[in-house]
Amino acid sequence: MRVVVDFDLCESNAICMQIAPDIFEVRDDDFLYVLEETPSEDRRSSLEESVQRCPKQAISIEE
Amino acid sequence: MRSSITIVGASLSGIRAAETLRSEGFKGRIKILGDEERTPYDRPPLSKNFLDGEMPFERLSLISEEKILELEIELELGSKATNLDIESQTLEIEGVKESFDGLIIATGARARQLPNSDEIQGVHTLRSLDDSMRIRDAFKSVKSKVVIVGAGFIGCEVASTARNLELEVTILETQQVPLCHVLGEEVGSIISDFHITNGVDLKCGVEVQEIQGDDQVEGVLLTDGTLIEADLVVVGIGAVPNTEWLESSGLTIEDGVCCDETCLAAPNIVAAGDVARWYHIGYGKSIRLEHWDNAVEQGKYSAQRLLHGKTNHPPYAPVPWFWSDQFDRKIQLAGISSPEDEFEVVVDSPQEGRFTGIYGNEGKLRAVLGINRPRHVMQFKSLIEKGSSWKEALEFASGIE
Ligand SMILES: Cc1cc2nc3c(=O)[nH]c(=O)nc-3n(C[C@H](O)[C@H](O)[C@H](O)COP(=O)(O)OP(=O)(O)OC[C@H]3O[C@@H](n4cnc5c(N)ncnc54)[C@H](O)[C@@H]3O)c2cc1C
Ligand code: SF4
Repeated sequence: MRVVVDFDLCESNAICMQIAPDIFEVRDDDFLYVLEETPSEDRRSSLEESVQRCPKQAISIEE
Repeated sequence: MRSSITIVGASLSGIRAAETLRSEGFKGRIKILGDEERTPYDRPPLSKNFLDGEMPFERLSLISEEKILELEIELELGSKATNLDIESQTLEIEGVKESFDGLIIATGARARQLPNSDEIQGVHTLRSLDDSMRIRDAFKSVKSKVVIVGAGFIGCEVASTARNLELEVTILETQQVPLCHVLGEEVGSIISDFHITNGVDLKCGVEVQEIQGDDQVEGVLLTDGTLIEADLVVVGIGAVPNTEWLESSGLTIEDGVCCDETCLAAPNIVAAGDVARWYHIGYGKSIRLEHWDNAVEQGKYSAQRLLHGKTNHPPYAPVPWFWSDQFDRKIQLAGISSPEDEFEVVVDSPQEGRFTGIYGNEGKLRAVLGINRPRHVMQFKSLIEKGSSWKEALEFASGIE
């Protein structure tokens, strides 16, 4: 699976970073960086949680 | 085995609960009742970039038509639950009785009204999509003077949107410092400063007597006799949980539907989102939140709780988190702060327009506030979740460059 972030929607509130810090990082410049674009299958539930809790619906998973 | 679960309230918490029922493997019937006619939509943009006309309507959608079909959810819009009987496990929907095996109450809250103001044209509250569209249209046609009653989060956001549209804005607030009952005086003053810098006429420590105008609003009369002229009034004085339909249900209602530590209100009945008051074991008291993130999380939790029972489920005890966008500031708060807490700015300073501050009492870290500092808010939120002490929080802060 592949993590896709729509950076036009993302407002860098970092909730995804708290849920999956190995995948998402909001740095001091206030931008979101995707650290792991193709996470392993065992990260699916954290990733799905990030998708649901992103207030901007900016994250999606491509299979 | 349950064969049918009904969700009352077709908004954020209810929709997320329905999705969770399916993802947890529930194969029975799922029915969602919603009294609004509109397909489920998200509320935060209604005072922000939907209100200023930037965000299109489609982007507010909480669930697509395809997803509703795929998950086999029966979504009944324009359908209001009017009564509940917890003994017989039946709902009444505009006079028609219907039984259920499991019920999720997610009826949210509505905007509190000022008495005797609903007859006057040009006086609005903001909770629904239609409210937002009415205010948006009024912003376009209004001559200029917008008066906002209440400097809470919604009032402050509407003020910021109206100023961005170059309207003349006055906020009337009863407290001496806006938001000080939640954020304390220091932070409240910082927030009021940037409203004033951005041209909002902020009047604090004033009380509204009444809204004046025969057909069309003309102004707001204060108790000291001052009349504040207005072409448009937005009232933002808080929200009231939608529990009237439950009055004779047998459930305990006290500023929300009262639930145990696992969001259970009665056997086979759970509550989630803005309407739910539950016993938070971490805080040792019952609380009710009006936060987007909680509506999502509690919706999910309550669905799982209903399916899996108490023994398989730890209590619901999250560290609350919310955000508010005002002018170019993103305000975020994680944890529960109180005006009596110690407050310390630990990174940057208010003058720079971005900073992180922490709240604590009894040697514990209780909350973190960030203005344009999302990264730190989440880092301190993790510390709060771990139960960190004030000292540990300060040590962590000193490690941030
Ligand atoms: C303008 C605005 C801006 C906001 N901004 C932010 C923000 O920036 N950050 C943040 O964290 N939170 C924000 N919030 C709060 C957030 O939107 C709410 O916490 C969230 O909507 C709660 O979801 P809910 O599903 O519990 O309730 P609601 O969204 O209130 O939905 C409840 C639904 O149930 C329906 N209903 C009520 N009674 C019945 C009945 N008897 N039968 C059938 N249906 C019924 C209601 O009509 C409604 O559709 C904002 C809210 C508003 C209004
Ligand atoms: S949760 Fe969503 S909006 Fe927030 S930083 Fe992550 S992707 Fe961006």
